[in-house]
Amino acid sequence: MKERFFNILFLIAVLVGLLSLLVLLIDVISDGYKHLSWDFFTNYASRKAEKSGILAPLAGTLWLISLTALFTIPIGVSTALYLEEFATDNWFTKLIKVNVANLAGVPSIIYGLLGLAFFTYTLSLGKSILAGALTMTLLVLPIVIIASQEAIRTIQPSLKDAAYALGATKWEVSKRVVIPHSIGGIMSGIILAMSRAVGETAPILIISSLVFITMVPSGPLDRFTILPLQIYTWAAFPKDDFRAIASTGIIVLLFILITMNSIAVLIRMRTQK
Amino acid sequence: MQNQENLRSLKKRKTEEFIVINILRVSGALSIITTVGIISILGVNAIPFFQEVGLKEFFTGLKWTPLFIPQNFGILPLVNGTFLVAFIAAITALVFGLGSAFYLSEYASRRVRRIIKPLLEILAGIPTVVYGYFALTFVTPVIQFFFPQTIIFNALSAGLVMGIMIIPMVCTLSEDAMNAVPMSLREAAYALGGKKYQVALRVVFPSAISGIVASFILAISRAIGETMIVSLAAGGKPALTLNPLDAIQTMTAYIVTVSQGETPQGSVEYNSIFAVGLLLFFLTFLMNIVGRFIVTKYAQNYE
Repeated sequence: MKERFFNILFLIAVLVGLLSLLVLLIDVISDGYKHLSWDFFTNYASRKAEKSGILAPLAGTLWLISLTALFTIPIGVSTALYLEEFATDNWFTKLIKVNVANLAGVPSIIYGLLGLAFFTYTLSLGKSILAGALTMTLLVLPIVIIASQEAIRTIQPSLKDAAYALGATKWEVSKRVVIPHSIGGIMSGIILAMSRAVGETAPILIISSLVFITMVPSGPLDRFTILPLQIYTWAAFPKDDFRAIASTGIIVLLFILITMNSIAVLIRMRTQK
Repeated sequence: MQNQENLRSLKKRKTEEFIVINILRVSGALSIITTVGIISILGVNAIPFFQEVGLKEFFTGLKWTPLFIPQNFGILPLVNGTFLVAFIAAITALVFGLGSAFYLSEYASRRVRRIIKPLLEILAGIPTVVYGYFALTFVTPVIQFFFPQTIIFNALSAGLVMGIMIIPMVCTLSEDAMNAVPMSLREAAYALGGKKYQVALRVVFPSAISGIVASFILAISRAIGETMIVSLAAGGKPALTLNPLDAIQTMTAYIVTVSQGETPQGSVEYNSIFAVGLLLFFLTFLMNIVGRFIVTKYAQNYE
């Protein structure tokens, strides 16, 4: 009797989580599907809800993610490679490891403040895509580092030993054995980090303020907006028809994220075989 | 001739190695520079604020009205709002996350676990702005249905939705702690005639308690730093209140409010967001360190 009771109680706990997910998706889709049209992708934001579209934020998100990936991938993979293959077990290495773990727990809005004071004002990059991408890079670096470290750690030592036995240097082993064998895990880690960046709102809101942008950025020093920021603007607007297009924006955002995550899972499954 | 070529290439290889290791070392150092950068930049911008306002008013003042005249800079209402929402979120996440962890670790078959776990993880991958929308357009109306006087912006809605978002985190950390409990302890309890729920509650739970406490601390820390849900659903009114149906403002939501406008650099409002940010950083930093310390200490217990 009591056995059944607790079994059901714990099952309910699981179901609450899963049901919330379902309700959230239904809430968003039922509010937003009506506005989903080709115009929604090709229109700029407008003072009229029914004419509003996501061309500018979509282009801004694309710019932001491309630049972020450009900065994050080399730095993140190098750091992971250094920690796993090159570093000796001294205080400096330990400090970096503790530090990376700590940075992963820093609230994203703090990175926004760092970006605003340092990139926007000290380096005079203004409220530009570049300032946003550099900030986003610092935010997602710990994710890429930790994922790459895990991928590198799964390589069988015998593969590396064989290369060392042939007289290869550490860098040659890294280049020819470590990276090729962990590339699947590293890539899925990178995609997951980028999908985190696609959904982040707070740091970009801090740097770029709320802007009404009706142009596609033409260079990294242009002002910009991103998809989640546009969604926030619409959702915060106290009018039902703007809330409805906010949910249409959410549908697009979730679709992008699901696609990215599926690719990451596929890569991981394929390379694990 | 062959030998000479080998020698030359050996030298080249050694230089290459030297260059590469230093490039990699710089990458590694960048993470440390980031931390130093965060603390110093928050500090440098907060100092003029503290000089103007004073530490005493900041930490003991009961009013936070930086955007009105007369300006008041007592942080307590923001801290109050922050912890009210974080507490609601952490309790929600603990109840459902812990229950889910019990189910996955003690009850579910391997196959069921392999289906449910990734589905739960999706909750952690949904952008916070989407949760904010969900709180505002779905959860708040539900709350208003039960408590008709509730205004549209309230701490409860934001806290509940934030709690749902953190369920996977609490669930994973608690489940890890439960999995670390040795099978022999469970088997001993079963041998004495223990039922499944008795083993779960009286053997697994006490043995995993430190990991569960850690997951609670880390959940609060995560909730304190969350921004978009509270900005959309909890309101913008700093208040000293323990009533979850009141509108409040959190530290993060204040930073957003100031940033939404184009506040001139160097003004006291501009500097105030760095002072609030500095406090936010130290609060989350402290909780993360305590939480992670408990996790690692616990992991050593059974090894």
